Amino acid sequence: MTLADGIWHQIFAFDNYGELLALVRNSLIAGAALGLVGGLAGVFVIMRDLPFAVHGISELSFAGASAALLMGVNIVAGSIVGSLVAAGAIGILGARARDRNSVIGILMPFGLGLGVLFLALYKGRAANKFGLLTGQIVAVDTPEMTWLLGTSALVLVVLTLIWRPLAFASADPDVAETRGVPVRTLSLVFMLVLGLTVALSVQIVGALLVLTLIVTPAAAAARVTASPVLLPVLSVVFAVASIEGGILLALGSSIPISPYVTTISFTIYVMCRAAGRYRTRRWGARSTTPQTA
Amino acid sequence: MAPVPLARRTGSGAPDDSTPLLSLRGAAVSYGERTVWQGLDLDVRSGEFLAVLGPNGSGKTSLVRALLGRQPLSAGTLTVLGRPAGRSGRHIGYIPQQAALSAQAMLRARDLVRFGMDGHRFGPRPRSGAIRRRVDDILASVGASSYADVPLGMLSGGERQRVRIGQALATDPRILLCDEPLLSLDLNHQRAVTELVDARRRSHGTGVVFVTHEINPVLGLVDRVLYLARGGHRIGTPEEVLSSESLSELYGTQVDVLRVRGRVLVVGAPDEIAPPHHDPAHDPAHEAAASPTIDGVRP
Repeated sequence: MTLADGIWHQIFAFDNYGELLALVRNSLIAGAALGLVGGLAGVFVIMRDLPFAVHGISELSFAGASAALLMGVNIVAGSIVGSLVAAGAIGILGARARDRNSVIGILMPFGLGLGVLFLALYKGRAANKFGLLTGQIVAVDTPEMTWLLGTSALVLVVLTLIWRPLAFASADPDVAETRGVPVRTLSLVFMLVLGLTVALSVQIVGALLVLTLIVTPAAAAARVTASPVLLPVLSVVFAVASIEGGILLALGSSIPISPYVTTISFTIYVMCRAAGRYRTRRWGARSTTPQTA
Repeated sequence: MAPVPLARRTGSGAPDDSTPLLSLRGAAVSYGERTVWQGLDLDVRSGEFLAVLGPNGSGKTSLVRALLGRQPLSAGTLTVLGRPAGRSGRHIGYIPQQAALSAQAMLRARDLVRFGMDGHRFGPRPRSGAIRRRVDDILASVGASSYADVPLGMLSGGERQRVRIGQALATDPRILLCDEPLLSLDLNHQRAVTELVDARRRSHGTGVVFVTHEINPVLGLVDRVLYLARGGHRIGTPEEVLSSESLSELYGTQVDVLRVRGRVLVVGAPDEIAPPHHDPAHDPAHEAAASPTIDGVRP
């Protein structure tokens, strides 16, 4: 067997696939929930220009999760606490874009440092440590599953309720405010919703790669549509496809799940970008035709 | 002063002079030590077209913000649609300065207009043919039907401004508040935009507050002018306010106002007043306006 063959089999291995599949049933369910909320939240992350905030929140989420690991308490809960602290801080201190980026830049290394500290103190399985940063197929046990699904449901309900005014406030804050939309409150509420979504994503793709679920699918969808209905739908489809595809491909191999998820998600983005060029050209052609004023 | 015909003062739409749509009494705005304007007494009535003129830093934007309830007065009172500013309900159509729209916004023209109708409502969005038809009607009325489904980022400045007017009309406004709506538009689009605004006040008696640094595109439509300057302000008909005597007194220096071929030229007015002593970052419109906008001048 050549070296290349060896690496290939390490990356793609499908021995005993049926039995393995049964083991990750919970992961697939969690993945679908995560794809749903990640794809939806991502739409606003793009609209509000928050990718950096997503990254910052995920580092504090990582700190929370590793603290929970060290103390032997529920990791999802720890991750959520870390996320909400970060999201709240960014939401309150960084109302303006300029301040926001520095707040995030300050929080992020602090969170990562704390996480490293807790993991260094942790004496348990090394795989648990690595998984928080780069993702894992969680053989999600029941209490964690309940947290994941419960939090997803909460995020989903809140997003449904605030969707329209949040879209208004995100795209057009000036006019939204004059129409009585509580722009500031919505901004903070969204940060907290985003915090919960990030905490969920950390469980599966890991703190370093959260952007692949919360930013890339929505950004890809935005290349091919501007419809307020199609955009979130496509974003969710892309996010779910990335994560479920990633889980299914990673199943038999010894490699963490994240490279599979990030590659699928990136490929979708590249394809959408190419398709989007076509669309843009059509509109570009429109604006050179003379119009009657 | 030459008497002004009544029809002109009230516009020809639903004259209702009984209660003003908005009313300022002894109003002042200051940032710390610096007073931007003070002693402002102003009523805008139904169907009236008020142009707000003045050099940069004279407080035009502060006035708009005050009318929207976002800038507290340092003295005096302000009533908008019978209530304190900011709590006057949703019948104010606001057309912000160009480019105040987030660049990341993936929105089509029709989505922006729809926001004007129900963007403030919480809860799931009902699919409604009636709303869709109303959006189509509004887009048609501002001549934006052909690009209703194009993302706003791909529209020219003039096209976007038409959509903005559509959005403001979707709120069924009793007052239209336009903040430099002609900025960076070519002459054709300037005319189109002013005609749309004028048509609305004539058909519905909507009061118009039109902030502009360039009077000529709206000269034929304006009932009254509010001219803000550092030394004070003048309110009156264009003939009264835009005269050599009145502006010279206002600026405290010799200013000549010439009327040539139906246009007004002001010579000798200090163009720039020292920038206002407040952090412009508090105002997103300022930030946005600083970035260059590309206007849609077509070949």
